[in-house]
Amino acid sequence: MEPILEARGLVKRFGRVTALDNCDFELYPGEILGVIGDNGAGKSTLIKSLSGAEIPDEGEVFLEGEAVNFSSPIDARKAGIETVYQTLAMSPALAIADNMFMGREIRKKGLIGQLFRKLDHSGMQKIAHEKLTDLGIMTIQNINQAVETLSGGQRQGVAVARAAAFGSKVIIMDEPTAALGVKESRRVLDLILDVKSRGIPIILISHNMPHVFEVSDRIHVHRLGRRLCVIKPDDFSMSDAVAFMTGAKKPPSEFVGTA
Amino acid sequence: MVANATDETHSEVESDHNGIIRKFHHLLHQTPALVPLIVLSLSIMVFGLLLGSKFFSPFALTLILQQVQIVGIVGAAQTLVILTAGIDLSVGAIMVFSSVIMGQFTFRYGLPPSVAVACGLLCGSLIGCINGWLVAKMKLPPFIVTLGMWQIALAANFLYSANETIRSQDIAAEAPLLQLFGTKFNIGGAVFTVGVIFMVCLVLFLAYVLKHTAWGRHVYAVGDDREAAGLSGVNVNFTLVSVYTIAGLICAFAGWALIGRIGSVSPTSGQLANIESITAVVIGGISLFGGRGSILGMFFGALIVGVFSLGLRLMGADAQWTYLLIGTLIIVAVALDQWIRKVAS
Repeated sequence: MEPILEARGLVKRFGRVTALDNCDFELYPGEILGVIGDNGAGKSTLIKSLSGAEIPDEGEVFLEGEAVNFSSPIDARKAGIETVYQTLAMSPALAIADNMFMGREIRKKGLIGQLFRKLDHSGMQKIAHEKLTDLGIMTIQNINQAVETLSGGQRQGVAVARAAAFGSKVIIMDEPTAALGVKESRRVLDLILDVKSRGIPIILISHNMPHVFEVSDRIHVHRLGRRLCVIKPDDFSMSDAVAFMTGAKKPPSEFVGTA
Repeated sequence: MVANATDETHSEVESDHNGIIRKFHHLLHQTPALVPLIVLSLSIMVFGLLLGSKFFSPFALTLILQQVQIVGIVGAAQTLVILTAGIDLSVGAIMVFSSVIMGQFTFRYGLPPSVAVACGLLCGSLIGCINGWLVAKMKLPPFIVTLGMWQIALAANFLYSANETIRSQDIAAEAPLLQLFGTKFNIGGAVFTVGVIFMVCLVLFLAYVLKHTAWGRHVYAVGDDREAAGLSGVNVNFTLVSVYTIAGLICAFAGWALIGRIGSVSPTSGQLANIESITAVVIGGISLFGGRGSILGMFFGALIVGVFSLGLRLMGADAQWTYLLIGTLIIVAVALDQWIRKVAS
């Protein structure tokens, strides 16, 4: 099977620090790929290179086999890669529907839309409502409610729904459960599995081993700016994974480098 | 048992009480212009009762509109900038400098007034554009940028005009277009000027743009959280530069209206416009932290100041009472904003 998103030989330097050192990466269609690594291992630089937030110094990124050069997150989004940022990137004072359509608003049809550039508020609200109901997070009573009035889990739900609504090819999630309690994490993990069942592959970056091991199909272990190994959660224990990540233990040679 | 029962009723009453406060909180959250509208209505009623027909007449009420037209127009510019979590201290200076350019280009160089007006509007937009570029691209704090621009524009205004006033009679005789905004018309005792109509139309137009266009939503998003807006696909730099440019253009229009209001072109006029516009914005319930509030609130805020000034003057009170009350209103408005921003958990 062809990887849907692939990176070859990525290098990124910040002054004297090499954040990515000839790093490879593959994401296959329909899978959840966990990405783990110690702080400073360069996993966020890797993710940023894939989502257009950083431009790698060397190396290539391929989306569906074609080389792509993203110069901003907006480029990556246009190509079908959506990112759910740890900060969620939402405007707290604005309504749910406003946030879901921020930067890609729908205008009314006809003269009112073209000449007066009037937005189709009701149309956008309807779509937002559908998407949230679709993912089973419509415990929210009012789609016009400001995002800041939602709980942490609900906000995460809206951010995931936004990504799922527009991310046609790949969804990247950065620490989606980091700020959540046990119950809310559960809902978000279910949401991730639900999105996967719709056939959209997901890259999940997390420090939470139980969460990564629970939902991932494969786990990319990042160490010292490159991919150390890719493991299947069934083959290794969480403590093995932590040991690989920190360098306390070497992974068996057959897992090193490739999938 | 008895103690339990009282406890329950007590907590019920409490939750009911909380429910009302929460509803009120929610309502304010949804319609931030509500408080200034209530204050405005109350103050008109109080002054109407105290002063009778002296205050409650079409003439007096439309006089208020005339007196607040400059602050209202400049306040519209200030609103746009403050919604992006910025502040524009140069609004008054841009206004005066633009009006001086309109006057001097006509009288010093003999340009047709229409061309001179166009040059004035262009100059205002240009200064605004520089402000916007410095804020967006150079990432300088808006307070510092516009503090500097205030001094620069004001100094340029005095240097260029050589501190010279163009007399009202000369303008009326040679270039009446410059006084266009002062044109009055009378409808049953109510006196309207072109400037007043312009202010009302501008506020309504911007209210539409801010609510119903993508650009308007982006203004709010940038003010709410610049980083988040950028990540969700808003062109932050374009939004900021366009906001400051349009603010500059509106200030230049205010400069044109200023000529209509005072008749002459004076480089020393309109010195308080920046403070007065910020006052209108704050009393209007617009958050100085950006992203919250409505331009209608600013309009009501400007009117509240106008009602207080005229009402107290008609009562023969010392003008300082107006400032004292306005000062109190500012502090109350900001306290209210803090409360609105605090979300009930």
